[in-house]
Amino acid sequence: MKTGNRLVLLLLQNAPYVLFVVLLILFGLVSDRFLAVANFRNIVIQAAPIAILAIGMTFVLLTGQIDLSVGASMYLTASILAIYLTGIPWPLGLIAVMAMAAAIGAVNGGVVTRLGVASFIVTLATLFILRGIAMWLSNTRTLMFPDPITDLNRAHVLGVPSAIVAFAAVFAVAWLVLHQTPFGRQVYAVGGDPEAARKAGLPVRRIVFLCFVIAGLCAGIGGFVSITQIGAVGPKYGDQIEFSAIAAAVLGGVSLFGGRGSVVGTVFGAILIKTVQNGLNIINADPYIYPLVTAAIIFIAVAIDGLRTRIIEKLERRTIRPLTGE
Amino acid sequence: MATLLEVEGLTKSFFGVTVLHGVGFSVEKGKALGLVGENGSGKSTSMNILGGIHQPSAGSMRLDGVPYAPASPKEATAAGIAFIHQELNLFPNLTIEENLFIDSFPHRGVLPFINRARIRRQTEELLSQVDLPHRPSTPVSKLSQGERQLVEIAKALSRNARLIIFDEPTTSLTRPEVERLFAIIARLKARGIGIIYISHALEDVMAVCDDITVLRDGHVAGSAARGEIDVQRIIALMVGRSIDAIYPERSVKPKDDVVLSVSGLSQPGVAKDIGFEIRAGEVVGLAGLMGSGRSELARMLFGLDRFARGEIRIDGKPLVDPTPATAMAAGVAFLTEDRRGEGLIMDFTIAENMVLASLPTVAGALGLIDRGRISAVAADMGRAMHLSTTKVDDTLVKHLSGGNQQKVVIGKWLRRRPRLFILDEPTRGIDVGAKQEVYRIVNGLVEAGSAVLLISSEIEELIGLSDRILTISRGELTGSFARGDFDREAIMTAATGLAGATEMRA
Repeated sequence: MKTGNRLVLLLLQNAPYVLFVVLLILFGLVSDRFLAVANFRNIVIQAAPIAILAIGMTFVLLTGQIDLSVGASMYLTASILAIYLTGIPWPLGLIAVMAMAAAIGAVNGGVVTRLGVASFIVTLATLFILRGIAMWLSNTRTLMFPDPITDLNRAHVLGVPSAIVAFAAVFAVAWLVLHQTPFGRQVYAVGGDPEAARKAGLPVRRIVFLCFVIAGLCAGIGGFVSITQIGAVGPKYGDQIEFSAIAAAVLGGVSLFGGRGSVVGTVFGAILIKTVQNGLNIINADPYIYPLVTAAIIFIAVAIDGLRTRIIEKLERRTIRPLTGE
Repeated sequence: MATLLEVEGLTKSFFGVTVLHGVGFSVEKGKALGLVGENGSGKSTSMNILGGIHQPSAGSMRLDGVPYAPASPKEATAAGIAFIHQELNLFPNLTIEENLFIDSFPHRGVLPFINRARIRRQTEELLSQVDLPHRPSTPVSKLSQGERQLVEIAKALSRNARLIIFDEPTTSLTRPEVERLFAIIARLKARGIGIIYISHALEDVMAVCDDITVLRDGHVAGSAARGEIDVQRIIALMVGRSIDAIYPERSVKPKDDVVLSVSGLSQPGVAKDIGFEIRAGEVVGLAGLMGSGRSELARMLFGLDRFARGEIRIDGKPLVDPTPATAMAAGVAFLTEDRRGEGLIMDFTIAENMVLASLPTVAGALGLIDRGRISAVAADMGRAMHLSTTKVDDTLVKHLSGGNQQKVVIGKWLRRRPRLFILDEPTRGIDVGAKQEVYRIVNGLVEAGSAVLLISSEIEELIGLSDRILTISRGELTGSFARGDFDREAIMTAATGLAGATEMRA
């Protein structure tokens, strides 16, 4: 019973890796194109926007909060870039998008920490508000981006595609911040036990607030990477992408209850989700199946989180007498 | 020895109600002061003032001869005052070293990164001072309750604490952990650190403290050095009268009809072949160390935990695969050891909590809840339990003292007129007066013909209340003692399962 539990826990804690291997074998059996190196590079490039978004989401989830507005934030900032900032050089465009998205994160974080409203409600409201503004500004037209921006998609740094560079940079900074700075460890403390964090004199509100700003910032970067890839945004742009980001983080071991997980797992979760979509694409699956598969993955992710928590609780219960001979 | 802390004429009023009337005490360097008193006697208020949470209305404090008036907890910490609370302030998801430095990580030069090498070195040093043989990178979730407390002490040391205040530090520790804690406290004293030790466990206070100050109703009821006072006298000072009989007389003897009958109860890793009976009107005490399986047995009887083999009968009728619902239907009531977590809903009112286990009985027409009936029922029960407040509809349970919370939980179960009442640590963390109320309630129960299974870490309590005492160790019953031949030594020996009778809390 107990060793069985430990085994299940080990599997659950490494669930994304196990799933990943299973998928590789499955898709690999069906199509020999799937296991090609070039295809994996494609998967990572395609995964970059969601992964960057999910890294930002990880900060918010670690504090025990949630941000549903990141997809809408991507849509609004991209729309403003396409409508009002068409002529500016791309680095300024990137900075503008990041600044706007961070400001949106600050509004979310401010309302959550100052007014004490549940983040689920606050960010659900901002989701609709931001989408509404973006559709109003764009008249729900599809907006095109100029060549200098779409050219970025084909650009390389030392032979590495730009999307992967952005992905790697965001990941490295996020990892350093979470694991090597006081702020990062305090994020875990706040998520682990907010009351104890307050008693320890940690600036709980400021930490939660900053995590929302970081989530916003990542939405800006992820959004920019994705517009270089697709070159145009319509009313459906970024729709429900927040759920993919949350699923990526939770699949990677980030707890919805806060305090547990890491960006390493998150990145892997994002790549896993994209691998599934890529594999379905390569085996010519019916497009109507995609959302069903994504839904199944999200369900698995949440179920795994619950199961993990329950089993950890069970394992931490002490046995009183030796189990031998019974 | 020099005086470390001098408190004089401390007075505090909240909204016109004075809760501290000129309290004064002092702590010497390298000595421990025991601060005892019933709930509401002013201990918490004094400590909150000392910790900078409240400011006094009048009075003064001097720390090392310098006037001390903290305006915030931060100032208190900076002045070298540290608190070790009953509920620890640690983050289980972080490592020991991260917990110690969570609010003051050293940086690596000008870089914003944590200087891991430095905190590791300092943590190793601090852990050796509190005798905790763990690596600094161990997650706190892997530590036992006692080990976590040592981490808190290490944290106090890392902040150069001059005065450490322990608030009920032993309630969730096993006996060996308590012994280790006391050894550490002795070591802290030897370093010249002053200690304030707050506890309801008066034996612990007598073991640790050099001086004892008793508070009652916001006044100092008495102060003495350890050698000049005994537990009986402390209790007398606490309650303002001498208590000759803590345990009230009981007028009934156990009847012949068996209420609970357990046979062959087994669960791998938890219980082996447990069998016993409790008769109507009988109190059976269950003595065992923490982790002996005493609480697990109670949980199985109430259907909270599964068991692999064995049979439970209530009034002769077998309880097959019990769940809390079927156990309750059979007449079992269960007072858990964790009343905050399991027994009460803190944000509900007294009345709402009282009827929670018996909602159908207060339902009116169409099965809808009848508010008026709830109020009436709860008010009656509140009076019967001697609750401190009569406002059962307006008072949230979280605002009650520990003793009164316990009365609400008991009242909630009494509403169901239980055949068998399982009480797990019913008097833990409550004061002498409230304890006596609980004892009276136990007597009332058996006088009404119920059976009681009483679990307690205090052997005095078991001896004072039980008709029979069973001992449990490592999930097996190891002894049975009838009231006539209660022998504390023998009971403790049986409860530990082997020699080493000092393990049981005397």
